[in-house]
Amino acid sequence: MLLLAFAPQSFAQMVLTIAPPAKITAKTGSTVETKIHLHLGAEYHANSNTPSDDFLIPMRLTWSAGPLESAEVTYPKPEMGKYSFSDKPLSVFSGDFDIATKFKVAATANPGPMVVAGKLRYQACNDRMCLPPKTLDVSLPVDIVK
Amino acid sequence: MFLQSRRVFSAAVVVLLLGGCTTSRPSKATVKDEKDRKLAPDFTLKDSTGASVKLSQLRGQVVLLNFWATWCPPCKIEIPWFISFQKAYQDRDFAVLGVSLDEDGWKSVTPFVAAEKINYKVVLGSEEMSQIYGGVDALPTTFIIDREGRIAATHVGLVAKKEYENEILNLLDRPPTSASLDPRRATVQDAGR
Repeated sequence: MLLLAFAPQSFAQMVLTIAPPAKITAKTGSTVETKIHLHLGAEYHANSNTPSDDFLIPMRLTWSAGPLESAEVTYPKPEMGKYSFSDKPLSVFSGDFDIATKFKVAATANPGPMVVAGKLRYQACNDRMCLPPKTLDVSLPVDIVK
Repeated sequence: MFLQSRRVFSAAVVVLLLGGCTTSRPSKATVKDEKDRKLAPDFTLKDSTGASVKLSQLRGQVVLLNFWATWCPPCKIEIPWFISFQKAYQDRDFAVLGVSLDEDGWKSVTPFVAAEKINYKVVLGSEEMSQIYGGVDALPTTFIIDREGRIAATHVGLVAKKEYENEILNLLDRPPTSASLDPRRATVQDAGR
């Protein structure tokens, strides 16, 4: 009751969504690439992986160690967005975009299905307000073959 | 040179659009009617020196309670306004209290407070504390609290400097009541007992 009484307008809804990644087939000893598709809600932007100021929180996609080792994560080219609260453009992502990851598949990996766990950390704002940094889980289904 | 001029011009536009003219006397404020105001949930948090700051100890003053973080660019626009309010109205029983929601705490907040020359009290918030204020999930979020410790206005997101100032002056212009001078009395009344 107390919470409702003092609750400001709620912005708890997800402003960033990640499309469930399609299953990939990974051959032992090879390198495979996959893309994660993200969508930011209308009017929102998130800091890019290379934000304009040190105090801004960058977007980061990381993967847990395992038979598939993350070798390179490639972010899209950021936009330089202009906002009413900043006198200089900010390096951001908005709308629909992909983040690509190259994995090295261990030669000793056991064949069969598995899931690679990842985490996406981001911080989003619109033209008037910012949402706290969030970390979302990403699950990449993989079928390891010889 | 051109870019520099353009930046200066852009900054001026931002300040004019958001800050507005603050020299004239406000004509209208957006504070709630007294009957619609709820008591601001009390809390005790530490400032950078480790001293405890309890909201209810500010009873009798008009308080601007601002939730912010160093990673929030719109919050950075407002902070110089709050510095000027603290300077202009502290002698009229007004106080700004900043509640930082930075996850890494004083590591980020201390250098920021020093760089911005913040002249009001800043404390570190917590999940529990933000929950009692309805789960502050967008920054900046600012509550204007009257002398009786009740929330007179709530702002989520960046608003104009003049809007804040109108509300502060509206509340400061009202004389203190007996409830504003006795926290226990105000608490009992607002709890409906």
